Amino acid sequence: MSDPPPTPLLTLRGIGKSFLGVRVLDGIDLDVAPGEVHAVVGENGAGKSTLMKIVSGGYSPDEGTVEFAGEPRSFRGPRDAQRAGVGIIHQEFNLLPERTVAENVYLGHEPVRRGLVDRRGMLDRTRQLLASIGETTLPADARVGQLGVAQQQVVEIAKALALDARLLIMDEPTAALADHEVELLYGLVRRLQERGIGLLYVSHRLAEVFDLSSRITVLKDGRRVTTVDTADTTADELVRHMVGRALSSYYPDRAAPEDRGPVRLNLRDAGNRKLRDVNLQLRAGEVLGIGGLQGSGRSALARAIFGVSPFTTGDVTLDDRPVRLRSPRTAMRAGIAYVTEDRKGEGIVPRQSVLDNALLASRAVFAARSGRAARTVRVRELLTAVEVRGAGDDQEIRFLSGGNQQKVVLARWLALNPRILLFDEPTRGIDVGAKSAIHDLVRRLARDGAAVLMISSDLPELLGMSDRIVVMRDGHVAGELPAGATEEEVVALAVGTARETARETAQ
Amino acid sequence: MTALSLLPARRSVPGVFVALTLTLAIGWLVVLLDGGQLFNQSTTVSLLHVAAGLGLVAVGQTLVILGGSLDLSVAYVISLSTLVAAETMNGSDGAVLPAIGLALVVSAGVGLLNGILVTRFRVNAFIATLGVGLLLKGYLDNGYDGPAGATAPSLVQSLGYQRVGPVPVSFLLLIAVTAAAWFALSRTRFGHHLVAVGGDPEVARLSGVRNDRILVTAHILCSMCAGLAGIYLASRLGSGAPRVGTEGLYDLESIAAVVIGGTALAGGRGGVIGTVGGVLLLASIDAIFNQLEVDAFFKQVIRGVIIIAAVAVYARRAMRKAA
Repeated sequence: MSDPPPTPLLTLRGIGKSFLGVRVLDGIDLDVAPGEVHAVVGENGAGKSTLMKIVSGGYSPDEGTVEFAGEPRSFRGPRDAQRAGVGIIHQEFNLLPERTVAENVYLGHEPVRRGLVDRRGMLDRTRQLLASIGETTLPADARVGQLGVAQQQVVEIAKALALDARLLIMDEPTAALADHEVELLYGLVRRLQERGIGLLYVSHRLAEVFDLSSRITVLKDGRRVTTVDTADTTADELVRHMVGRALSSYYPDRAAPEDRGPVRLNLRDAGNRKLRDVNLQLRAGEVLGIGGLQGSGRSALARAIFGVSPFTTGDVTLDDRPVRLRSPRTAMRAGIAYVTEDRKGEGIVPRQSVLDNALLASRAVFAARSGRAARTVRVRELLTAVEVRGAGDDQEIRFLSGGNQQKVVLARWLALNPRILLFDEPTRGIDVGAKSAIHDLVRRLARDGAAVLMISSDLPELLGMSDRIVVMRDGHVAGELPAGATEEEVVALAVGTARETARETAQ
Repeated sequence: MTALSLLPARRSVPGVFVALTLTLAIGWLVVLLDGGQLFNQSTTVSLLHVAAGLGLVAVGQTLVILGGSLDLSVAYVISLSTLVAAETMNGSDGAVLPAIGLALVVSAGVGLLNGILVTRFRVNAFIATLGVGLLLKGYLDNGYDGPAGATAPSLVQSLGYQRVGPVPVSFLLLIAVTAAAWFALSRTRFGHHLVAVGGDPEVARLSGVRNDRILVTAHILCSMCAGLAGIYLASRLGSGAPRVGTEGLYDLESIAAVVIGGTALAGGRGGVIGTVGGVLLLASIDAIFNQLEVDAFFKQVIRGVIIIAAVAVYARRAMRKAA
């Protein structure tokens, strides 16, 4: 670790935080000096967001101290932190699209003259503020909803500066920006630095981190791995710090090469708003793992195949026949099933019974009357087969554990006898026992001839389950890796330090 | 995106005024062909009287809807206010001011209750204000079989019937209240914060807005507007009327006027000027159909169509904006 600069703006010492007994942060030390860009990197789930929320007053730490501008602080909430001079720019903007730039910038502390909002003064001050960060083309009286994402980000920054922020947290600021907009952000960050504002810059993208930061802190599994001077490190070294943990869990045996069947699903140059030129083949009998960072297009890929936001360009063939998967309904009829990432929001109907949840897809796709009894019998069998525990079929599903809910969702899809299964984070938020049950089930389905596509942020799971791994980045396929690839290889492709050539896969 | 492609934030004329102009033009023509006269003195006056009553309620309703809430109790507040005012006056000119004050205070109390239920107790606004409305209904049904009290003659003469040319004093009152509301929305912190709370409560909260306080204030103002409408109706009718609010459908009509006027039902977008346009549109349709002696039930059908069409048009616009 390098020496901290003489007068830090922010000093964190021994920060720890647990949620429901799960330790998400442990003994984090970190400093930010005025005018410094301090980058925080780490895999999904490394604890970056939690740490940022602690700094910005969203959570209070269970252990450790936060010192800001030389004084120990415990922020009572985001507003308290703002008042003290800590601003945060979230990935999702906190702006009112129906109001003007000036109204947004001064929301909550509108300048007042003789008891009335000084609209002219508010516009003038907003213009000055924008000019001070080099933004002269953005009209202060434009409606925020009409602005592009990059300009909205500028408004967010101006809003923080209007509160005299001395420390600004940027959480994945480039995630929503187009390439040329990233350059603008760089300029903005440098001007903020010149004003002596300290920046905590959270990003997955190592290229940016190297361009902007002076120091980098690497988090892994809630702990600080190291803090390094940017000039003294390399991308490869960072990636090694970000990953590298023992592969200890048990995973079912992979498919033998002879078990892999013909190509079921073939995407050629497929794309839509979030994806471009995706070429991908999914074979019967295999589990194809999809790796990549959040927002890299993994879920967008599954949602495109399932017809939620369909492909708009390229060709899709299913068993060598061209298909257009326009809606989830057409996808289901073509034999595709999709277990979503957001189980609570999109996977289950919380107040319906286990049985109703399991019958949801069958009821939607098949004619209303015919074979209703037979279907119910089959779904009951499936619920037994996937070993839903601790509940009768008539219990409301919301009372089940996450793992059991997921099994019900699986039963729902299995009732349709799908030939292609898309799993998006199938074991997120699920206890260990249910997790390995789901792993076994996924493998069994592949062995019985289904083609399985599995998205996972859990690298050991991705490596342990997949027969091949395709890594996504920025909406396209960054590369493909065979079974037995390492975590470093996946992360290198995902963050873009490896060259984009796929290692040859045994097909 | 360049600055050139940005439209200034100044709102264009709300679409409702275009619709209003068209309605009046077509109505005028149709009534003319029918052998009548849409804009004679008596029809114009009665149109503006209808608009004044509904308008006072609807301007208040706009405030709560802008803040993301709703008030279904206004109809009962109106009835209650007519009774409080008329019974306090009891025909005496000397008691006019105390009576008006008391009616407004009672109304404000109902608004405070609504606001507290919605904010402190997190009761859905629809349910909270419906419940408070039913509470008032119980009181009114239990205590009154028909008109009660007597409005002071001076008030009946002034607010009830006096005119400046064809424009009733009550309509001038509406204009004054609208102007005040417009001013509050665009020039006070309260107004800015109210729109922010309706637009996104979380954004407002994180920006330091005291959401609950703002919303309670909006509810109080809304109920006071309904109370004012009650005072006006008492001066029209000469007495307190325990069912005037519900029979006039002031609850649903005021919400309809707000929505037709371009305020988003979910809050955060719109204003009182549009609402007055919506009120005038509804009142004009009434006037035209009265002239044509259209069947009352058919009239309701047309109103329904207009409300749905207005919301559909706004929804389409919102979609285009989002794209």
